[in-house]
Amino acid sequence: MSGNKRQTDGMYESLLRRAAPDRTAWEDLVVVPIFAVVVALLLGAVAMLATNVDLATVGRSYVALVSGSVGSFNAISETLTSAIPLTLAGLGIALGFRAGMFNIGAEGQLLIGGMAAVITGFSLPGLPMIVHVPLVLLVGALAGGLYAAIAGWLRAATGAHEVISTIMLNLIAYRLVDYLLRLDFIQREGRSDPISKSVLESAELPRLLTWLDPNLRLHAGVFLMIGAVIFIHWLLFKTRLGFEFRASGENPEAARYAGMRAGLVIVLAMGLAGALAGLAGANQVSGVLGRASPGFSAGIGFDAIAVALLGRSHPWGVLLAGLLFGALEAGGRQMQVDAGVSIDLIGIIQALIIVFIAAPLLVRALFPWGFSKARPSAKE
Amino acid sequence: MFSFRKTLAPTFLAAALIAGSDASAFTACQVTDTGGIDDNSFNQTAWQGVLDAQESLGVEGRFLESQAETDYVANINSLVNGDCDIIITVGFLLGDATKEAAAANPDQAFSIVDYAYDPVIPNILGQVYATDEAAFLAGYVAAGVTKTGVLGTFGGINIPPVTIFMDGFYRGAMYYNAQNGTEVTVLGWNPETREGLFTNNFNSLDDGRAFAQNLYDEGADIVMPVAGPVGLGSASLANELGADKLMLVGVDADLYLTDPNNSHVYLTSVTKRMDATVSEVIARAMNGSFEGGVLVGTLDNGGVDLAPFHDMAERVPAELSTKLAAVRAGIIDGSINVGE
Repeated sequence: MSGNKRQTDGMYESLLRRAAPDRTAWEDLVVVPIFAVVVALLLGAVAMLATNVDLATVGRSYVALVSGSVGSFNAISETLTSAIPLTLAGLGIALGFRAGMFNIGAEGQLLIGGMAAVITGFSLPGLPMIVHVPLVLLVGALAGGLYAAIAGWLRAATGAHEVISTIMLNLIAYRLVDYLLRLDFIQREGRSDPISKSVLESAELPRLLTWLDPNLRLHAGVFLMIGAVIFIHWLLFKTRLGFEFRASGENPEAARYAGMRAGLVIVLAMGLAGALAGLAGANQVSGVLGRASPGFSAGIGFDAIAVALLGRSHPWGVLLAGLLFGALEAGGRQMQVDAGVSIDLIGIIQALIIVFIAAPLLVRALFPWGFSKARPSAKE
Repeated sequence: MFSFRKTLAPTFLAAALIAGSDASAFTACQVTDTGGIDDNSFNQTAWQGVLDAQESLGVEGRFLESQAETDYVANINSLVNGDCDIIITVGFLLGDATKEAAAANPDQAFSIVDYAYDPVIPNILGQVYATDEAAFLAGYVAAGVTKTGVLGTFGGINIPPVTIFMDGFYRGAMYYNAQNGTEVTVLGWNPETREGLFTNNFNSLDDGRAFAQNLYDEGADIVMPVAGPVGLGSASLANELGADKLMLVGVDADLYLTDPNNSHVYLTSVTKRMDATVSEVIARAMNGSFEGGVLVGTLDNGGVDLAPFHDMAERVPAELSTKLAAVRAGIIDGSINVGE
């Protein structure tokens, strides 16, 4: 990125660069997110005070936030259970950022992947678990990947911007799922509302901690999450394809002059991103829900964008961000139970974190003592 | 990522200890459906039952709102791990999650609104309602009041506790036709094919507005939205159009009272007294007579009813009121079958 800087850098490019930094600016990667979280929690307290919640309740709610996210076996199990799909889909978004693409379509890819997975999950009786579970996950990833590849292909072949096409594909996915859930061979017997049959026991990701307490929901998807983080890290930083992704993301023209196949990179990056989102959907239906209903994506595909941003599009960062968001989700529930504070507050805190992450300069200005004097020169 | 906890947690811990809490009281916990606790309708009515029990029985109440269908199991789980003496789940869609949780926690008492298990599960008391009896009355009176001869209805999701309203409304209007030789039609639901208009959610006010607009465009001047807070969107449309052009029939609560901003658009409401059954369940759990089974609310026992007309009374002719009273008596004594 050094040398002749392009004058035409629009907001879009600069935001992309911020999402996928070209150098590991340690401060931006680590210090800014920590400050963002702290400031968001403080402002969350201010928001509570502003809505006539007394100070003691504010205190109780943050204690509940901590105890509900890491304070017990069940809390940790819930945090991890929530973090798995967020991390998987977040990895997909991060991959897109690295390759220079804003994939807003994780929600739709997750829905399509989940639907394909649920159909595979209930329709193949007699398979042993060791075959059925991987098959379900594979089909989910494949379906999500193909669905996302549509947007990639549109971008490569026609130049249609992926932001627009993925948003449109989300809407199509919502309606398609509504439609599919009413088909006779998918809809559960005896029900007239859109809900799928339950996946067979052989297609369920096994729960890991039921021997401790039958309510612990943590399932084998947690290995999937860690495996995916390691795989994407390897892919991005240790393989030629990953190099092509990153090169295309940082300077598409230079990448093209260097002989990289821009169209192929776009389609592959979108396909992989969609596969990860589809995997997140398959994980949900096979590990958590056991079936599909119209709302089963639950906004995970959108939260994943925030996870990727917070994680600075770095696989391990995405994992940490996914865990944090999972903790906020699990802890937020406890906040409502213990302190009676609305769960919407968690949404506010998440949004505030994103605001501060997206504005590192603001965080630097607020906390000048938290950063070294000389700002990294690569930033405009 | 943990640094903030180290610094902040002690301060807040101190604050929490000052606040203290009363752990000895009987605690009733509720999990809402996605409409939220303040939906003026379904979830709010059920929560009112806990509030009433708070008042009369001195119990402590807690609730947890579901934001998405994926939250059901997790929400019930967080309550199972709390100190709830009874957990009340609100809504048909929580049926599977409640069953699972009850199986995993056989010593925990559960109750669910709008779901009955067959066979009976020993630690779940279902609360169901013969809503079609009251909705039949609403359909009857709406058919007598309409000027265009077209009524409309739409639902949230095509599930029995929703469609039972639409069944009753439709059949009540048809009964009015049969009695009075009119030809009022009902749009939005066909009880034979079980198909109709559904928003497929219980939370989009925009959908409520759009669906009511569509029905209005098709000539309906009285619409019954059966979708919890979605109906509030319809109410804002009716508010803009004026009650002469579009009136609504509320559901669950008497919306004239719970939705005061739009009270002048409600002809009446089909009330489903979840508040009464919820506090009854809490009372049973407190005095030890709780057992699994079903609690059914009917027109006869007041579990369902038609709300007063309030300001709309002048639009309902005396003759119609008299006939309505006769229909009501007929349903209660069984001479009118609302199911066909």
